Amino acid sequence: MTGWRLARAVLIWGALGVAIGVPIAAAATSEQLAWRGPVYILAGFAGIVALGLVLIQPLLIGGYLPGFLGYRGRRAHHWIGGALVLAIVIHVAGLWITSPPDMIDALTYASPTPFSPFGVTAMWAIFAVALLASLRRRLGLRPRTWRFVHMPLAIVIVAGSVAHCLLIEGTMETISKAALCALILAATVKAMVDLQVWRKRRTLRGEGVARQ
Amino acid sequence: MSIVVLNRRNLLVAGGSILAAGASGLLLPARADGLAPTETMSGGANNYRKGAAIVERIGKGGFWMSGTVRRAGDGAPLAGQRIQIWAHTVEGQEHEPQSHGATLTDKDGKFRLEMPQIIPIFGQPHGHLAYDSDEFKTVFLRPVMRSLKETSLEAHFVLQPA
Repeated sequence: MTGWRLARAVLIWGALGVAIGVPIAAAATSEQLAWRGPVYILAGFAGIVALGLVLIQPLLIGGYLPGFLGYRGRRAHHWIGGALVLAIVIHVAGLWITSPPDMIDALTYASPTPFSPFGVTAMWAIFAVALLASLRRRLGLRPRTWRFVHMPLAIVIVAGSVAHCLLIEGTMETISKAALCALILAATVKAMVDLQVWRKRRTLRGEGVARQ
Repeated sequence: MSIVVLNRRNLLVAGGSILAAGASGLLLPARADGLAPTETMSGGANNYRKGAAIVERIGKGGFWMSGTVRRAGDGAPLAGQRIQIWAHTVEGQEHEPQSHGATLTDKDGKFRLEMPQIIPIFGQPHGHLAYDSDEFKTVFLRPVMRSLKETSLEAHFVLQPA
């Protein structure tokens, strides 16, 4: 690895660490934590971590993270997807334990809070993608079919997660939260543009070969 | 087609719309007998504990919950009505007994109860209020604070006979 490439890798990973680490650290200093029980705190941070994982996903699949290009990037994308499911399960289970009626309202789309339907919809989209990804080989889904299913769900996950967290008044600090959300949107748009996800598979492959 | 249009369901819907338009007070704002009863808000009854004691204040106080209770139709103030109040505060979570208390309305149908500072739970700083006695229909309210820094919150009841 040349000096320039090493510096670039350090910068990219450092920036990612800041983008995810600062909102978590800022939330950890929130005075709201003093009035919350451990389960509620865990549930809240599981949600923040999940938001951070949503940023990592397009970066991995777009090949923007040094050391995780191509196959390694896709493998990591699968593992992070699994971690995202786990984080969401902890988030929802913890909130359920904290206040069962409020969680039931949210899951049944009967909640008075405007952010709940966004979060619940994103949750179902995450579960759907994870389930389909785990069955992808068994179902014999072709890459083109997979993209056709995954891309709309990815948009629902990103848009739903961002709307969900921006509307919440909780432990997250406003500016670091907004910055993380902006990065998630930017990374998603860039990955989708770079991978030309809306092109037909044949065209993409042809262009890829031509470019080399 | 005209027979389908004039079925009972459509007549009920049309009648209901006319009633709702009249009750909204938009057409006749000065007419008090159009005062519609307050609907229970979604999520209003969450973490309710029936029969909270009437208290001078909840916990150490510092935050004011106030409002009015009136009768549907003529809008007459209702005195001596028991209003139960609870919230996630600096002194306890929503479901905990010390977060709950009740107060009675005065002769003008007003109530005011001091309680600990409300803080956000489930992403919104909000309080809960209940009218849950025999005389009128039960109503649960869930007002939301405009900002975390506010130290008071209002909620208003218009009750209809049970």
